[in-house]
Amino acid sequence: MGSVGRIILQRLGLGLLTLLVVSIVIFVAVNALPGDFAEAILGQGATPEAVAAIRSDLGLDEPYLARYFGWLADALRGDLGTSFAQANFAAFAGTDAGSGLGSVAAMLGPRFANTMFLAGVTAAIAVPISVTLGILAALYRNSVFDRVANITTLTSISSPEFFLAYVLILFLAVMNPILPVLSLVNDDMGLGERLKMTLLPALTLTLVVTAHMMRMTRAAIINLLASPYIEMARLKGMSPMRVIVRHALPNALAPIINVIALNLAYLITGVVVVEVVFVYPGIGQLFVDSVKIRDIPVVQACCLIFAAAYILLNLTADILSILSNPRLRHPK
Amino acid sequence: MTNFSRRGLLKTGAAAGVLAATGATSASAEPKRGGTAKIGLAGANSSDSWDGRTHSDSYMIVTAHGCVFDCLTEVAADGTLKGELAESWEASADAKTWTFNLRKGVTFHNGKAFGADDVIASLQLHTAEGAKSAAKPIVSAISDMKKMSDHQIVFTLASGNADFPFLMSDYHILMYPAGQIEEAIANGIGTGLYSVDTFEPGVRTVVTRVDSHYKDGEAGWFDSIEFVAINDASARMNALMTGQIDAANRVDFKTEPLMRANPNITIFEVTGNQHYTFPMLTNVAPFDQMAVRKALKHAINRQEMVDKILLGHGAVGNDHPIGPANQYYAADLPQNDYDPDMAKKILADAGLSDVSVQLSASDAAFSGAVDAAQLYQASAVEAGISIEVVQEPSDGYWSNVWLKKPWCACYWSGRATEDWMFSTAYESGVPWNDTSWENETFQSLLLDGRAELDTAKRAEIYTEMQSIMSEEGGTIVPMYANYVDAHSSKLANSGVIGNLWQMDSSRLAERWWMA
Repeated sequence: MGSVGRIILQRLGLGLLTLLVVSIVIFVAVNALPGDFAEAILGQGATPEAVAAIRSDLGLDEPYLARYFGWLADALRGDLGTSFAQANFAAFAGTDAGSGLGSVAAMLGPRFANTMFLAGVTAAIAVPISVTLGILAALYRNSVFDRVANITTLTSISSPEFFLAYVLILFLAVMNPILPVLSLVNDDMGLGERLKMTLLPALTLTLVVTAHMMRMTRAAIINLLASPYIEMARLKGMSPMRVIVRHALPNALAPIINVIALNLAYLITGVVVVEVVFVYPGIGQLFVDSVKIRDIPVVQACCLIFAAAYILLNLTADILSILSNPRLRHPK
Repeated sequence: MTNFSRRGLLKTGAAAGVLAATGATSASAEPKRGGTAKIGLAGANSSDSWDGRTHSDSYMIVTAHGCVFDCLTEVAADGTLKGELAESWEASADAKTWTFNLRKGVTFHNGKAFGADDVIASLQLHTAEGAKSAAKPIVSAISDMKKMSDHQIVFTLASGNADFPFLMSDYHILMYPAGQIEEAIANGIGTGLYSVDTFEPGVRTVVTRVDSHYKDGEAGWFDSIEFVAINDASARMNALMTGQIDAANRVDFKTEPLMRANPNITIFEVTGNQHYTFPMLTNVAPFDQMAVRKALKHAINRQEMVDKILLGHGAVGNDHPIGPANQYYAADLPQNDYDPDMAKKILADAGLSDVSVQLSASDAAFSGAVDAAQLYQASAVEAGISIEVVQEPSDGYWSNVWLKKPWCACYWSGRATEDWMFSTAYESGVPWNDTSWENETFQSLLLDGRAELDTAKRAEIYTEMQSIMSEEGGTIVPMYANYVDAHSSKLANSGVIGNLWQMDSSRLAERWWMA
């Protein structure tokens, strides 16, 4: 197990390096966009004096390097800074008006929790469905069931998310008013109501991610079915289901886990469109708004969260693959 | 049919000189108390707060000035001015000194009694050091505020302004409790009909009716209201169609026919002061020549723009910024029409031929601005004017194009009073003078009108100013864009819809009730 521990540490170290690179790329990219926060927020009122005043209030007139390293120094201390919108509001109002909405962390916290909740609900639906479908498709490969499952999931992954969302809205909210159109979740809600509110976006995302996981499960299992040890199991007279679940699946776990991890990461980072369609108060909407007004501290924080999700989930996938494979667990 | 009735309404509204063009909504029986309304609004931001100085978009205008807070005065749905926290007011003969009598027995949501100190402290917010309030020009015109008693204040203005009580209805100028302003801004403590239960910026706001209020029996019929921030147009329309919300602002023009077909949905539409413009810098060639400006005014097909850009949800403009929601809107001015021959003749008379100009546009100016510029280009060809449409990037449009390029696209949401509109964008030397407009007659009329208390004389002055702008001014106003909102059959209203802002002048929360 010592080797696993070393791998984790190594990967975490590399992960931190990746985050650093991501933050540099984002900073450069956002600054390369035309217009800045002052111009975006002022709109028609962007007189040169007003723009200059906001820039100097927010320190946007300092050189890029100084701004980046200032942010980095704060971030290393765990302070992700204050959103420009809030900082500007404070300057605008002359006081922060005791709003206490200041820090990026406070702004992102509840929204991040919502996004995680949506991802969790989706994963709870999508992962069992796709793995089961994948196993069944492998079991009955080339049958009508296999084809139908393939065609359906491939169709849903090939359609744009907003289209799937509107199709679901049409069937589940407009024609049969079972579920609400808007996912207006809030903290006062009970779990049941919250689940009901979250179901439509979760189903949409399920349709988006199922195909990938299901096809990988199917392919990984079928790949193994030609191996001699499967032949052996079959010759022993085991049922096809038992052959697959007991003998093939454990050896196919590594690629399946990898694909699941990738899709989970997508659930956290790729939900922007779905959040907008269902007005779900998650991190995606905030991210889009922030890019629009070039609110660099918020954009940075969102990107770091997204990147960290990918890094951690990939790391988890790798660890699980190692643990699921005795040959990797006990290297020579 | 729908087009016809819409225009018909507008025409009668304007012809009768009615201030509020009313939309066709189901006028219902007597209002009644009770129920919870759910209202979906576009125009919300995660940086929203209860600080009136920062308000600029619909969500906070509806929830703050139209619900939780009060101003000194209020523009009623029919366009007349009435007292809100002020009971009455009177001016000195030169319109320089204004005495306001405040309503007695009003309390804030935290129990503090409302009085003259609160007014003074609330107004001072806008001129506080470092504060960049949009209402600063209004408040900084007050040179002295004197508390005569707990319920009487005398304002002395630097120069006479007959519109002063009107300006006090501005949605930025909310009344906060003196000494507790930070707390009031953090938690939303006002004197309005509804007190705040929950406020999640950019997400939702829940308010409850206060037990007793000075507007009892006149307004405030819901027991509670939930405002939901829905910036996405399709989501907002879906939610209204499926009954998850009872009213929504900014109806998506593309799905509007579908909504009209739904028997449970009523669309209410008013023409207010919101207008789109093509301002030209009148000190830059060739726009410094009157003939070019006049020819351009006849080279644009305004009705075509209303039909194609606004899909009929608007009215043609007449090259001045005063709209049907203004008091002295001159509906009878001669309309600048599309007349390519006339435009040619004007140019020929001035010895000009082959006029070619550049028009900068971006959809940042208004939705459909680039298309509108291209329509203009096509219609101007007939008049022998060649317009080159320059598509500008949306980012930085207001900093790099507007006020800089000789001719561009722009929009104005309009102002409640003529003087305010003119002095924002057409007074000599103001920063937003987007046509570099300098006209001596116009300027002296502007100053005369401001201090004139006689309504008839003011009407005369403002009509003349609109006429000057329409004939000689540097801006083309192709159209007024309607406020188009919708509600379900669960809500009812008096049938008179305010046209100052969206959603019944943003006072739907106060004025409407459950059907």
